[in-house]
Amino acid sequence: MRPQDLVEHALNASTADGTIVILDEHTETNLRWAGNSLTTNGQMHSRSVTVISTYDGARGTSAGVVTRSITDSPAELTALVRDSEAAGRTGEPADDAAPLVENYAHDDDWDAPPAKTAVEVFADFAPKLGAAFGTWRRDGRDLYGFAEHQLTCTFLGTSTGLRRRFDQPSGRVEINGKSADHTRSAYVNQHTVDFADVDAAALTDHLDRRLDWAANHIDLPAGRYETLLPPSAVADLLIYAYWSAAARDAEEGRSVFSTRGIGQRLSPLPLRLYSDPAYPGLQCAPFQIATASSGGTASVFDNGLPTPATDWIADGTLVDLIRTRAWSAGTGATPRPAIGNLILDGGGWQGLDELIAGTDRGLLLTCLWYIREVDPQTLLLTGLTRDGVYLVENGRIAGAVNNFRFNESPIDLLGRASEAGRTERTLGREWSDYFTRTAMPALRVPDFNMSTVSAAN
Amino acid sequence: MPAIDAAFLALPARELADAALQRATELGAEHADFRLERTRTAALSLRDAQLDSSTDSEDLGLAVRVVHHGTWGFAAGITRTVDAAIALAEQAVATAQLSRVLSSDPVHLAPEPSYAHVTWVSSYELDPFDVPEAERIGRLAELSQRLLAADGVDHVDASLTHVRENKFYADTAGTSTTQQRVRIHPEFTAVNVDRVAGSFSSLRTLAPPTGRGWEYLTGTGWDFDADITELPGLLLEHVKAPSVASGTYDLVIAPSNLWLTIHESIGHATELDRALGYEAAYAGTSFATLDKLDSLRYGSPVMNVTGDRTAEHGLATIGYDDEGVAAQSFDIVRDGILVGYQLNRQMAAAKQLGGGPPAGPGGAGGRSNGCAFADSAGHIPLQRMANVSLRPATAGPSTEELIGGVEHGIYVVGDRSWSIDMQRFNFQFTGQQFWRIEKGRLAGQLRDVAYQATTTDFWGSMEAVGGPQTYVLGGAMNCGKGQPGQIAAVSHGCPSALFRGVNVLNTKAEAGR
Repeated sequence: MRPQDLVEHALNASTADGTIVILDEHTETNLRWAGNSLTTNGQMHSRSVTVISTYDGARGTSAGVVTRSITDSPAELTALVRDSEAAGRTGEPADDAAPLVENYAHDDDWDAPPAKTAVEVFADFAPKLGAAFGTWRRDGRDLYGFAEHQLTCTFLGTSTGLRRRFDQPSGRVEINGKSADHTRSAYVNQHTVDFADVDAAALTDHLDRRLDWAANHIDLPAGRYETLLPPSAVADLLIYAYWSAAARDAEEGRSVFSTRGIGQRLSPLPLRLYSDPAYPGLQCAPFQIATASSGGTASVFDNGLPTPATDWIADGTLVDLIRTRAWSAGTGATPRPAIGNLILDGGGWQGLDELIAGTDRGLLLTCLWYIREVDPQTLLLTGLTRDGVYLVENGRIAGAVNNFRFNESPIDLLGRASEAGRTERTLGREWSDYFTRTAMPALRVPDFNMSTVSAAN
Repeated sequence: MPAIDAAFLALPARELADAALQRATELGAEHADFRLERTRTAALSLRDAQLDSSTDSEDLGLAVRVVHHGTWGFAAGITRTVDAAIALAEQAVATAQLSRVLSSDPVHLAPEPSYAHVTWVSSYELDPFDVPEAERIGRLAELSQRLLAADGVDHVDASLTHVRENKFYADTAGTSTTQQRVRIHPEFTAVNVDRVAGSFSSLRTLAPPTGRGWEYLTGTGWDFDADITELPGLLLEHVKAPSVASGTYDLVIAPSNLWLTIHESIGHATELDRALGYEAAYAGTSFATLDKLDSLRYGSPVMNVTGDRTAEHGLATIGYDDEGVAAQSFDIVRDGILVGYQLNRQMAAAKQLGGGPPAGPGGAGGRSNGCAFADSAGHIPLQRMANVSLRPATAGPSTEELIGGVEHGIYVVGDRSWSIDMQRFNFQFTGQQFWRIEKGRLAGQLRDVAYQATTTDFWGSMEAVGGPQTYVLGGAMNCGKGQPGQIAAVSHGCPSALFRGVNVLNTKAEAGR
């Protein structure tokens, strides 16, 4: 059966008051390597179907949310529908209940077959990577990394007649290069939708340049330093802030945005933080897909809701937070579903090279790692610098510095950033498993808090 | 002992395995293994005693992994027919062939006795999936309402995650295993909001996730009713507690906090794949490199750490791992010295570790200590963590006696924030409760505390470990590792322990406040 037919079968089999069916047809392939040699690889296909059965009762509306791996068997699908109905019929009223989204006009090609990926997507990349292994092996240096391509085709149908589908390609390559004695380490990554734009030689050339920068090692103590945060590091910090941006938490008084709320200026720079499902190269679903409700940031009842481009920060001021329809109904605010990409634009034109050239003395980071929340009140985060911290003196790289543990709040950083560079597509390091579609500028922070030295290299 | 779920046993696992393994052999694979896996996960969350989310999800799939001319190949799918199983074997071999250009070190696997048609079930009484959802929600709501009714509690978050995991494994050496594990993790968090001050604080119950069933929430293995009764008072004191002065302190650390420090600074650091660089581009490497085996002073002489996949109710406890290796227990740190690593079959063979026979003509020797795990059929087995635990001292002191030996320090209870660098040197942890110790006695709570150290300095400063009466098995449901990312559940047992002269930060000061 086609995925579309499976969705229709489930909807037809349902006896619930309201029904939502979400089918994810997922294919992926990957290569992983260490020490200039492949370690693991794979091709995977999975299909999960989520059926949400809603029941209206005197105390409210309940929802049975059940997900199963489903083959082409109608019997499996019918069993899933019955499991969902049983969960919904006996369930407690849901805190986030709202009427199902009604049908509306859109231009999705519902009937098109699902797109797929396979190991052949690496047909051009793999030999070039193999050639790089040879070069690096001859030089006594090591390459480590991962390349992955995924295609998730989501088909969403509701008992209100809505049918939407979205094909989400997602790929990334991450490469770590180490000197022969492993005292020098460099890293580069790239988000891609199809690997056509991945140039293995250019990526390893970038690593060469960074390892050369590290030929001169300089020890620096902990302290506050002027720091250039590259787009990847900015992405990791702001993704965490985005995940913390639930209107419900803020309005209940238990979020950093409770005291630094909508209407407050967060940055003296004219920063715009926004999400746009149509952003070139970072396209994501233009409607809500939620296989689980989650604490005011997502509601299964909102499935299918359009997700128009949304400003979260405009001209440095917080203008909106993530809000389900149910929470909006109680507060009178407009629903703002979370969107699968994040863009920061400060109007700057300078790339990292220009920002380096404009630095008298400061640190240039490569990326951040092991980021965890220390204090939700301030959104204080801790983490490490990794795979290259460089000292910039008089507009030039003077050498590589030891790694540091930092303690910083991304909200405070927005307020202290003195300069934003050119916005470019980037991939965070810490959250690249979960959130890959970002465009960010580099930021200059005059006093970044490097709390202690890390001996890791 | 509970029985393996009949619906899983009804799946045509052996038929599919036979077809896939035969096809892989025909295509020239020197090794092939087959897995059929089903993992069912339920997640409930309540906010202020109202249902926020309830999901019931099940992942079911099959996988074929081959070693073909010395190169790995892997394929996974969902269709449970003989033709589909054969196609997966062909796809796995094709993936190995395409990947050969990238492979320079041929794969060998350490030998392991074969175990034909064996079964294993974890130790639990009642599978939570056999408890009606209304009853599960009802128990969470009841405890949430008790918290909400208390002074100073403005919000309550409650969550319950439980998992039933079924695995069938078969390989070309003749092993076939069928297993079932159950695990559960309930949590309750009480939140205080001071709208005038614009501040908020929270405290969470200390119950760890465990390899038990529904009985965990009804009095076996943990007393949630007592925890819930105690929590509001602790929260009120926490809210009013003075902020810590940063500096150097002696710490007595409870197992509810120390398990996570063990996980990050010992568990991951002694995974041999990390020490060999397999995770260099992602999770990182380890300072505890192979050349330091049997010589690295990891900690003080009172430090003894074991890895095991056998502890009752352990989250990493199994009968056989995902390469058909029988569960074992082994030493990692003995009297403060690094003496062992966690291994899978490829690592054990490559480095001739874990005992076993010497390398044969095929290059394989050593013996895995059973640390291979994949979180689903869709993922390849990696070297994952055993239950890595700090041993208590026989006839060792109580927690009160450890506190009694501190003139000026902090007693740390419960975990919260954690972070460690990519070689497992520099770490920073916070916690749930921090109690000031003055002249050997607890003297009220502190807040805004984080402790920060380098791994070997920290474990070297461990002056004493508590006795068996202080030992608790903590753990995590969601340890992440590998690319593509996988999660694994793992337990860590430890006693209370005393550390001298640890650096303590004030987190408000770190935030520039």
